[in-house]
Amino acid sequence: MIVPYSHIILLAGILFLMGMFCAVTRRNLIMILLGLEIMLNSGAVAFIGAALRWQHLEGQAIAIFILAIAAAEVSVGLAVIVCAYRRKGSIDPGAYN
Amino acid sequence: MTLYSVIFYMLAVLILVSTGLAISRRNLVHAVVYLVISFFGTAMLFYLLGAPFLAALEVIIYAGAIMVLFLFIIMMLKVEAFEEQFFPIRQWIPAVGMCLVFIAAGTLMIVGDPDIRIPLKAAVAEPVFFGHYLFRQHWLAIEIVSLLLLIAVVAVLYLGKDAGRRNY
Repeated sequence: MIVPYSHIILLAGILFLMGMFCAVTRRNLIMILLGLEIMLNSGAVAFIGAALRWQHLEGQAIAIFILAIAAAEVSVGLAVIVCAYRRKGSIDPGAYN
Repeated sequence: MTLYSVIFYMLAVLILVSTGLAISRRNLVHAVVYLVISFFGTAMLFYLLGAPFLAALEVIIYAGAIMVLFLFIIMMLKVEAFEEQFFPIRQWIPAVGMCLVFIAAGTLMIVGDPDIRIPLKAAVAEPVFFGHYLFRQHWLAIEIVSLLLLIAVVAVLYLGKDAGRRNY
């Protein structure tokens, strides 16, 4: 017996909110990307809790795809940040409008 | 209160505290190192929830590859002198609004469904069964994801070459 499923969902939700807070309130492109990573990770936590709740491997399969997509997203995102830094000399998102 | 639930709550506190420290650091390197601690805690949580293969992948890919990539980019760009206006008040409004929506939805979900209070039974998905399941049921999705990673490699090579050649 571990914990009720609602506690896992609550943990994942708080993690998602922290990531969203980071992505919305920080004025720094790298911290915005870190916030996106935290949000994807919280999604994986929720899926693995659901896999245990319904005793089905589908949730873990989705979690492995989330991992792969996070890796692809962060590599492209960081390359775009390097490009933008070369262009403007700053990673402040306010400098790009 | 079994041993498993004690471990779960300890891991939850570790993950939440280190993530909270990570998103509030001014120094980017400190933020990334706190996030590595958070991802290690998440890997242990995956192990507790019966996914040992995904726990290993979390350490290898998230804490190992992605965070080291962030560290490389932080070292490449000169961001030490960058003075950030910390949490401007105008950007709090959408974040706080989303928090209120989440709190309302979470309370409704926990109160509304009595079935959700039953503690979960511990179970482990063996990596062998997981691999068989993945490649039998989701072979098309795996091919699509591998194609996506290939496209990401091509895009990153193109962007990096483009950034190095021109002098802006």
